[in-house]
Amino acid sequence: MTAQAVAREEVVRAPAWSPAWISQRLQKVLLHVVVIGLTAAWMVPAIALFTSSFRHFEDINSTGWWTALAPPFKFTVDNYAKVLSSGNLGHSIFNSFMISIPATVIPTTIAAFAAYAFAWMKFPGRNYLFLALVALLAVPLQLTFVPVLKTYVSVGLVPQNWGFVGVWLAHAGYGLPFAVYLLANFFRALPSDLFESAEIDGAGTLTVFFRIVLPLSVPAIASLVIFQFLWVWNDLLVALIYVGGTENVAPVTVTLANLSNSLGQGWHLLTAAAFLSMIIPLVVFISLQRYFVRGILAGSVKG
Amino acid sequence: MASVTYDHVVKRYTADVTVVKDFNVEIKDKEFMVLVGPSGCGKSTALRMLAGLEQISEGRILIGDRMVNNVAAKDRDIAMVFQSYALYPHMSVYDNMAFPLQMQHMKKSEIDTRVRNASRILGLDNFLKRKPRALSGGQRQRVALGRAIVRSPKVFLLDEPLSNLDAKLRGQTRVELQKLHRDLQTTFIYVTHDQVEAMTMGDRIAIMNAGILQQVGTPGEIYDHPANLFVAGFIGTPTMNFVPASVSDSTAKASGFEVELPKSLPSGKGTLGFRPEAVTDRVAEGSPQFEMKVDVVERLGSDQFLYGQVGGDQVTARVDPRMAVAPGDRVKLGLDTRSMHFFDAESEQALL
Amino acid sequence: MDLLIQDVPTLVFVVVAVPAVLAIYIVGTEYLVRLLPDKQRPRVRPWFWVGPALLFVTAFLVLPALGTVVTSLQDHDGNFIGLVNYQRQLGDFPTGGAWIAIRNNVYWLILYTLFVLFFGLILAVLFDRVRYESIVKSFIFLPMAISSVALAVIWGFMYSYQPADAPQTGTLNFIVVNVFHQAPKTWLSDPTVNNFALIAAAIWGITGFAMVILSAALKGIPGELLEAARVDGAGELTIFRRVIFPLMMPTVVVVGTTLVIFALKAFDVVYVMTAGNFQTDVLANRMYKLLYQSDNPGGASAVAIILLIAVVPVLIFNLRQFRAVEARR
Repeated sequence: MTAQAVAREEVVRAPAWSPAWISQRLQKVLLHVVVIGLTAAWMVPAIALFTSSFRHFEDINSTGWWTALAPPFKFTVDNYAKVLSSGNLGHSIFNSFMISIPATVIPTTIAAFAAYAFAWMKFPGRNYLFLALVALLAVPLQLTFVPVLKTYVSVGLVPQNWGFVGVWLAHAGYGLPFAVYLLANFFRALPSDLFESAEIDGAGTLTVFFRIVLPLSVPAIASLVIFQFLWVWNDLLVALIYVGGTENVAPVTVTLANLSNSLGQGWHLLTAAAFLSMIIPLVVFISLQRYFVRGILAGSVKG
Repeated sequence: MASVTYDHVVKRYTADVTVVKDFNVEIKDKEFMVLVGPSGCGKSTALRMLAGLEQISEGRILIGDRMVNNVAAKDRDIAMVFQSYALYPHMSVYDNMAFPLQMQHMKKSEIDTRVRNASRILGLDNFLKRKPRALSGGQRQRVALGRAIVRSPKVFLLDEPLSNLDAKLRGQTRVELQKLHRDLQTTFIYVTHDQVEAMTMGDRIAIMNAGILQQVGTPGEIYDHPANLFVAGFIGTPTMNFVPASVSDSTAKASGFEVELPKSLPSGKGTLGFRPEAVTDRVAEGSPQFEMKVDVVERLGSDQFLYGQVGGDQVTARVDPRMAVAPGDRVKLGLDTRSMHFFDAESEQALL
Repeated sequence: MDLLIQDVPTLVFVVVAVPAVLAIYIVGTEYLVRLLPDKQRPRVRPWFWVGPALLFVTAFLVLPALGTVVTSLQDHDGNFIGLVNYQRQLGDFPTGGAWIAIRNNVYWLILYTLFVLFFGLILAVLFDRVRYESIVKSFIFLPMAISSVALAVIWGFMYSYQPADAPQTGTLNFIVVNVFHQAPKTWLSDPTVNNFALIAAAIWGITGFAMVILSAALKGIPGELLEAARVDGAGELTIFRRVIFPLMMPTVVVVGTTLVIFALKAFDVVYVMTAGNFQTDVLANRMYKLLYQSDNPGGASAVAIILLIAVVPVLIFNLRQFRAVEARR
């Protein structure tokens, strides 16, 4: 045993019931209390929403949501039924899918090719172009709305004629800097030996890309897909600009924002609608959290 | 089967960074040639130029009679084993070995025959379906060899293939590689920084330092007749003793002793070199003797090395393991004059 | 509902066709490249691969950004009017034009960034010491998954107000009345607190992001280093101050700059909770209002440029960091 290990042993284990032992135990207990307390406090707003969405209209406006957690229990799913039937929330969720799926697929595919070139091909200005891409990560999207919108209107690329095509392309453009950045960083970290070995084995650029790089990059691509999907699904601003608030095209964020304005204090419906809007991202997030975290760690700058 | 010729090869990255300078070697067909040198000496670059992974700045490289300077790596009919093995992590052992053959659009049945043949030679039969990450270091190393074998290339290139193995496995694999070379009857070019690997495996050794080829020869030639001070110091453990000395006629005079050289040299100063095994406790009649003040005693079981001072110089001696010595002792040692080397002070070239 | 049926094939078509078209494009250009002599190929090929990405980025980010600069110098009919739009936005210091929004963005910049870093660091360090770390981390991280709109609804409910004589249903006012025995507050319309209420809601949403990155950095510190410090006799607080924090500093800086950019671009929470009323406006929301409610593209563009100017220092800092990291590769 090294001297270090011996010393550490002393630090960790004081004899039972000695003052040091008691203070260590107390510190442990305190730590657990703080950790669990903080986490619980953090969850209060979400629990409030979730509980309230199942309460009756009269109860919500007369008593606090916490009273519902003690008997007598009086829960109901009426709010959900009402929101789904009267509002167009159901249709909005469908619209959100219609917007999010292509707005994820398009930039991911484009980015994969570009990222490979940035990572493993040599061309003049490569480093400067990549730097420019990193710079674009920080550019406020607001900067681009007026000109893009003008162009869209002048070429007729509006929801009435083309449905969601305009917003797909816009999301693709806005998502690309991050997508290329994330994938290029991942591709670059692949060992160069693999590429040299493939070169000696006689594999061409396409073979290397499709048979070696892509299969090895599944985790990175998965995190990008999740990232982009959640980003588009949860986006309000871009949707407001390019899709607008018209009922039959509005995604769920826009509809919820409209509801929030019109219902004001109608919390029984608003809480149910908010929870409905969260279901898809929550399912995606909880089931694929590992990839999502990896994406955050790999990119860690996203406008 | 082919010879390999480096003809005045130069590798330059920028105008003032030259990593390989005027490199000339002829490697014979079926030879096991080892390129050895300290890290950064240009040995890997020399190999990578042959593989087609680096451009050649000047000179020519020939495989057989064909100049390959402008031939793509895949068309050079070579195979390479990388230090990291470069196995494709998402492919099974079988697919890893089949990949180079698929790239040549070989028939499936032929691929299968070749892969099974290689895996039998290397004892990988039971692992063909596994992914590289489920293999031990030694098994991975053999898959990397297998991927080279299946191509039956004209030349095998190996870039430090043993450095990721532990000491015991490295010893075993050294023997296996030699056996493989014998069985395959192919030219092997092997790069390493480890002089033990070079000495034990190479038919011939090429020693490089700072981009310059120092000496080419069989292990025996290089050990017994190092061409210069660098080679003498690089090969052999513990390293050769170097003692400043001045020569007049055939007598070399160091600070602690004098020695009669087998032939006369031009008078002047230089470095006298002799290996530890030339300094022994067996004191022969008429040969030079000196007293050594012992600083450190290293007992290896089969050998005993004494590190100490003779006159003003550091000297290492290899003595009988049963000889009882303790640090601080003064012992009488004899010098075997048959294997003395003398290096010119200016050029560091061997004069003797 | 007929819209549903007619749109689904479009979706399927896009999801299948876009990757297919791109793959055909890449394979096709590769065949074109192979027509070239050997030496030319590596020079031409990369441009085909990066081409589509550069095209998109140019069309949706670079050119529009330049266009906005032009628009900001024009009136509604496209006549150049010099810096009039900027003058209108920045003329009446301290309360006219965009100044309220600028002041609020400064609040956001400072409070949001500092508190998120603070909470993120505390939570990362505390959670690192318990065995159920991954579970509690998931809970803190959960708000990352939901939209800012949903977040705004959640916090709107937390902040809801009833007159002093009615029972309080909002969590915060319930605490104010029953624990601190104060009059209930109108959190979102009272200008003394509403900005902070909005920022607090946004902090709740993003802390998980900071925590996850900082936690990864914390785990990257070799355990031997902490053991060595303990052997050297350092207490846990000293270890945090003298060993852990300095080693995490580079990560704190990266997260911090990202948060600064988030703070400058803040929009959703403000838009949904107050629509920028009651002196809670921020630049992004002001720009949206100018564009859609006031039909003033020149003014909106000027605000966007002001936002860009605010981002530029962060951007330059980011690029320097990036190049320093690249240099070490």
